[in-house]
Amino acid sequence: MTVQSNTILYLDDVTVSFDGFRALNALSLVLEPGEMRAVIGPNGAGKTTMMDVITGKTRPDTGRVIFGLDTDLTRLDEPAIASLGIGRKFQKPTVFEQHTVWDNLLLALAGKRAPRFTLWAQETPEERRRIGEILTTIRLTEHRNRRGADLSHGQKQWLEIGMLLAQEPQLLLVDEPVAGMTDAETEQTAELLREINQTRSVVVVEHDMAFVRALGVKVTVLHEGSVLSEGSIDHVSADPRVIEVYLGR
Amino acid sequence: MRLDRTSWITVAVVLGSAVLMAGLNLATGPSAAAHVPTYVIGLYGKYLCYAMLALAVDLIWGFAGILTLGQAAFFALGGYAMGMYLMREIGARGVYGNPILPDFMVFMGWHQLPWYWYGFDWFGFAMVMMLVVPALLALVFGYLAFRSRVTGVYLSIITQALTYALMLAFFRNDMGFGGNNGMTDFKDILGFPLRAPSTGCALMVLSALFVCLEYLLARYVVTSRFGKVLIAVRDTESRTRFLGYRPETYKLVVFVLAAMMAAVGGALYVPQVGIINPSEFAPSNSIEAVIWVAVGGRGTLVGAILGAILVNLGKSWFTSALPEVWLFALGGLFIFVTLFLPKGLMGLFAPRVRIVPDAPPADVPVGEAREVVG
Repeated sequence: MTVQSNTILYLDDVTVSFDGFRALNALSLVLEPGEMRAVIGPNGAGKTTMMDVITGKTRPDTGRVIFGLDTDLTRLDEPAIASLGIGRKFQKPTVFEQHTVWDNLLLALAGKRAPRFTLWAQETPEERRRIGEILTTIRLTEHRNRRGADLSHGQKQWLEIGMLLAQEPQLLLVDEPVAGMTDAETEQTAELLREINQTRSVVVVEHDMAFVRALGVKVTVLHEGSVLSEGSIDHVSADPRVIEVYLGR
Repeated sequence: MRLDRTSWITVAVVLGSAVLMAGLNLATGPSAAAHVPTYVIGLYGKYLCYAMLALAVDLIWGFAGILTLGQAAFFALGGYAMGMYLMREIGARGVYGNPILPDFMVFMGWHQLPWYWYGFDWFGFAMVMMLVVPALLALVFGYLAFRSRVTGVYLSIITQALTYALMLAFFRNDMGFGGNNGMTDFKDILGFPLRAPSTGCALMVLSALFVCLEYLLARYVVTSRFGKVLIAVRDTESRTRFLGYRPETYKLVVFVLAAMMAAVGGALYVPQVGIINPSEFAPSNSIEAVIWVAVGGRGTLVGAILGAILVNLGKSWFTSALPEVWLFALGGLFIFVTLFLPKGLMGLFAPRVRIVPDAPPADVPVGEAREVVG
């Protein structure tokens, strides 16, 4: 188990089945601290289920998910895992539509979450400073007083990434961040993710091969719930099994 | 908390109207043109109590997205606590002249006061129980429901079942709460005779005061950071979870708070109408309360007060003028509001009263429709 000492996330033989269908089949995956990893695979390969297992939404039938040194995530629920420092961005941009950009970030800021705190909480100068910083990073400073619902699709994606940053996670799970984005937005998003990756580990699930290539990181190809191939984008693109199940189609 | 203009107007109108009517009732003779008859005082006091029930419904439905169809259960429990105090206050002046046992217990041949009636002769204790019992019920019920992530229509159905079960329980004579007939024939409250117009006026003004206090409390809650989380839970529950919030705790806090708010309304209601019986638990009462809120404007708080008073004004008029038409009118009103005024009456002044973000349209089963399929 020496592998655990230098990993931030370690999925060990994880299996999840829904009514006999194996969404994840003995999946094992190792992520090093500070690493950015792209996960690709055809529909139904288990990408989203993998995210669900890591964030506590789905409990695996067998296997362990170790975060950091020895925290078994399969024993925890979503809020507990979020508080440990794992942030998740959904496939569909999920922000609080009725709240302003500012309030969205305020609610996401790392800090106390219990009602006995939020009932009396006042915005502190430190919180304002943090929100200001994040607004700059996600390029939404001018839009801080607009409601989430009034943002464009790409702006919502960035706001959600900003909310994840506000959480100050150690590990960021990002599900299809550039789906539906324009080319310019896609490029900016790749840049944003690289910026984030300087301080945090990131797992990106993506369909867009051009985007994955642009990220230039190690790629894991999933198929039928297990790892089919792993390596650089050139390596996996050349793998005949990958071509057969995914790229070739 | 800084108060906005809407809040000032609300407090001024609610308190002002109550004080004005009380003054016109007490200071003028029955023949004077400006005289407000005593029965109007009683009616207005009753509407104000309903407004407290409506505020409770709006807090949970409008801001936490939980469509409660059983809120009147907590209103009735508060009413029963007050009723028990008022029964003990009668003392030996009952029909049977028993200094300890209320009439209905003597009538049923009981010889001893049941243990759960102890202490209710003391007003302070009764008022503590008036808050504690509904809060405890809401705590247990809410804990079980929210922990198992029951949402949407299923939660509505079990709140409905809760109030129905309580109604059946309180109908039973051996529960010791007067069964079918409930409690009535109250004489006085804290020594003030309930028949006196001055007592009626005082209770009505007190009700107005509590409507304002509950309004300000609810407003504080929904404009605090807690309220922002609550709205976030209403609209996108799964997101709040992945941010580290526990939606079930937030729902529980607001559910317990709303139970106590409804209970205060019930406690003030009983001395003003002079009776409490199991029909207050009837499921239709809770549903009516939801209609008041929908008519006034869900998620606005002010709308809840407005809706409760106006719909009940309509009810009083209809049930005396055209009794058989009332239910059709109420149903028609609900359909009309849903179709043409989705934000209720407050929607007519929309931009000025938006103290907090809009609620999603009433027909979306909140909490389910937006559940994210990751």
